[in-house]
Amino acid sequence: MIALFARFGRGRTPVAPLEYTRRWWMRGWVGLVLLFLYLPLITLIAFSFNDSRRNIVWRGFTLDYYDKALNNTSLMEALLNSLTIAALATAVSVVLGSLAALWLWRFRFPFKAGAEGVMALPIVVPEICMGVAMLVFFARIGFPTDLVWPFNLGAITIAHITFCFPFVTMVVRSRLTSFNREEEEAAKDLGASEWQALRDVLIPHMMPGIVAGALLAFTLSLDDFVITFFTSGPNTITFPVKIYSMVRFSVTPEVNAASAMVIAITVILTTVALKLQSRSGISAQGH
Amino acid sequence: MESWRNAKALFAGVGFPPAAWLLVFFVVPLGVVWLYSFGTNTSLTEIEISGTFSNYARALDPLYLGILWKSVLVAAATTVICIVVGFPVALAIVFAPDRWKPWMLLAIMLPFWTNLLIRTYALIAVLRREGYANQAIGWLHDSLGALAPLVGLPQPGAYEPMELLYNNFAVIFGLVYVHLPFMVLPLYAALDKLDKSLIEASLDLGAGHLRTLLLIVAPLAAPGIVSGVIITFVPALGAYLTPDLLGGPDSQMIANVIERQFKRANDWPFGAALSFILMYATFIAIAFQAMKNRQAEARQ
Amino acid sequence: MAENPIIEIRNVCKRFGQVTAVDNVSLNIMPGEFFVLLGPSGCGKTTLLRMIAGFELPTEGQILIDGQDMARVPPNKRPVNMVFQSYAVFPHMSVADNVGYGLKIAGVGGAERESRVREALELVKLDGFGARKPNQLSGGQRQRVALARSLVMRPKVLLLDEPLSALDAKLRAQMQFELADLQDQVGITFITVTHDQDEALSMAGRIAVMNKGEVAQLASPSDLYEFPANRFVADFVGSVNLFEGKLTLDEPDRAAVDCPGLGKVYLNHGVTGPHGADVWVAIRPEKIQLHVPGEGKAIRGAAEDAPEGHNFARGTIKGMSYLGDITLFEIRLESGAMLRVSRPNMSRRDQEDFTWDDKVSMHWRADSPVVLLS
Repeated sequence: MIALFARFGRGRTPVAPLEYTRRWWMRGWVGLVLLFLYLPLITLIAFSFNDSRRNIVWRGFTLDYYDKALNNTSLMEALLNSLTIAALATAVSVVLGSLAALWLWRFRFPFKAGAEGVMALPIVVPEICMGVAMLVFFARIGFPTDLVWPFNLGAITIAHITFCFPFVTMVVRSRLTSFNREEEEAAKDLGASEWQALRDVLIPHMMPGIVAGALLAFTLSLDDFVITFFTSGPNTITFPVKIYSMVRFSVTPEVNAASAMVIAITVILTTVALKLQSRSGISAQGH
Repeated sequence: MESWRNAKALFAGVGFPPAAWLLVFFVVPLGVVWLYSFGTNTSLTEIEISGTFSNYARALDPLYLGILWKSVLVAAATTVICIVVGFPVALAIVFAPDRWKPWMLLAIMLPFWTNLLIRTYALIAVLRREGYANQAIGWLHDSLGALAPLVGLPQPGAYEPMELLYNNFAVIFGLVYVHLPFMVLPLYAALDKLDKSLIEASLDLGAGHLRTLLLIVAPLAAPGIVSGVIITFVPALGAYLTPDLLGGPDSQMIANVIERQFKRANDWPFGAALSFILMYATFIAIAFQAMKNRQAEARQ
Repeated sequence: MAENPIIEIRNVCKRFGQVTAVDNVSLNIMPGEFFVLLGPSGCGKTTLLRMIAGFELPTEGQILIDGQDMARVPPNKRPVNMVFQSYAVFPHMSVADNVGYGLKIAGVGGAERESRVREALELVKLDGFGARKPNQLSGGQRQRVALARSLVMRPKVLLLDEPLSALDAKLRAQMQFELADLQDQVGITFITVTHDQDEALSMAGRIAVMNKGEVAQLASPSDLYEFPANRFVADFVGSVNLFEGKLTLDEPDRAAVDCPGLGKVYLNHGVTGPHGADVWVAIRPEKIQLHVPGEGKAIRGAAEDAPEGHNFARGTIKGMSYLGDITLFEIRLESGAMLRVSRPNMSRRDQEDFTWDDKVSMHWRADSPVVLLS
């Protein structure tokens, strides 16, 4: 405490030339940008507790709209659909993405640059083009639309896996570049088989990348509107598609409440994933 | 890295699932769209691949060419604003104390993790006629207006809310809001890699901060700036949701036209042709980035 | 007429949070000097150099360049230039553009700039390299570009941050001479930071040895080596045998220290330390001569006799390392303490004289040891 006062007592040390972060205009700019990014979200969350239909002036605290949103069956169905799709898409994407990363990292083969290009394509292709392609594809092969839940989500899930797993590949592959091949050779030198070396040395090293990739896949899937919009039918409404149709009508506190819940889910998931990642990141240190 | 010949079974076992998936669910669908772009509607549901270029020719119609051009302009404006807004932020993160850096990056990233629709919806609430932006300006207007007589100015009339939504301004505002994190992160990555002593050397040799920024930092961070530009420009060019929800009747972008061909006008061949025009534009942008990167690498 | 110092450092402190990097340092550096700041990593030498350049600002104290207080002067307005440890050669500019950068900023135009750039490149023996890009140069050549880029500005003081640390051993030795030569030629004050004592000793006019943010000693290279002021300097500059002892005799022309490890050590000069105080005796390994017992010419009788001009000890060889030009011996004294002795290999057969577990006797002149009070 005394040390703290002493520090203030001495006054601020002058700003050195490269301490850009300590210049007031820089701080002001960053502050304004953060305000720009967060103010709309914060007001959105705040007004989900507002006791007024019209969403304009503060009329007092209420949880009514959460109650309404939670009792809105079609909204809850949409949310359940979204979470199911995200979970399935993440599971498959992690497997496919990690395999592809290993493949591209490990092997040298003819037309590799081409393979890499195609792998990266789903990341860069405009969403609308991919949505269109999915619409045309499923219509062309006559993908059944009258299956029971959760099989009716198949088309959307397949579309999501297709654009999610290349992101997992990207993240895992960049993690793999820091892998020291001698660790694997040491494992084999100590008697491990190819598979045992993979399981005991390589996969633990990939783990932070896999966790980050899984988080990315889950959020991308939960977030996607455009591609889903083109692949969903009347019985397979996802959360973003549902919100879209609600927003087209009006701005209501119910939408605020539902949005606030999804933001909460995202923040919790991100925190958990970052925690996991930093822990496994520490345990996988030493390269 | 080893040759695939040394471990053929492993090579095939690891590579087959992702490669097959991508082929069936990505390459084939895109191929079908590509074929359709040379097709004609023969009936309501039948499309014949006739090899015609008429769909592409129709895209050159002034109406569609105008929309295409406008999409490019809107995406370019978004990108420029993102650079101007994002560059100081990236610089601030690079030179922040180490214990702040992850938090500042997280603060920039968190909105990106938030659902795009929710973010767009939040903007609607801010920008609409009775939204918070208009309320805040109105309040400012009224309280300043009340002060006006004190300094001898006539009292202004009642505040007339501005139309902030459903126009081009709203579309660009929304696109900047959504894409700013995309710009900041590559800029940050490029600036963070920069050897700080290069900046110091420039200052040491007499250059001020602004000249150092223009003569040293910007050229050396060029690959990062280019990838930030591409990563912002490409999705902004193909944006569907933002112009759809925030734009007015005259702020349609290319993606909205494509959507209409598939969902309402039911003119799939024309929609397919427009999609591929958008794809080609994307490829050109990415090829440009690859070229710039190679130039930068040659300098290392 | 006393010359005015070109750089005055007055009671400068620099703290980073709780860490004190530079602790109340005062130094005067004279025009035309080749001044070296020497110390282990983290001793504050680079921080001090960066404060002169203006990249760090002192928490307390003042820095004056040519009599002017630099407190409010940013680096781009200071009459000093710096050669960075990484050289910081701008990778996107040609060699000539790099060297001409500062002149361009200063508004020096076309023909004059060109000729000054050419001169500077000639000075560092890079004539004809102007059109090359930095990635086409070797490490040594890049350093010359950095040197030329700073020298072309005709600074009052040139600051060099670990200038030779990135070069290989051969090139480093060559550049040590070239830098000293260059400084002679241009007459600019050089201030160099290094952790390498050989580099410091070979180039410097004066050396400030720094330890934990403070100046441990300020002296010429030979004084630093032969008359270290304290244990830190004795140990950091060169190799040394240190023995703790008590000062038992201290007169103007002689002194004696009683060391439990080494026995009684005699000196042929006074130390002016408090009688009976705890002191340390420092002896350089090369100042000790090694003999097979009984064969020593100067030795008569036991050590207690204290023959004129020589000290005496006995021991057993416990370690030897042959280093080509010299051989290092680790000798265990009768007290159990270890003593390090180096011996030049004057003839090809020298190293065969002694071997492990040989009993040896050693002697050294009474003016060789240094008595250290701290």
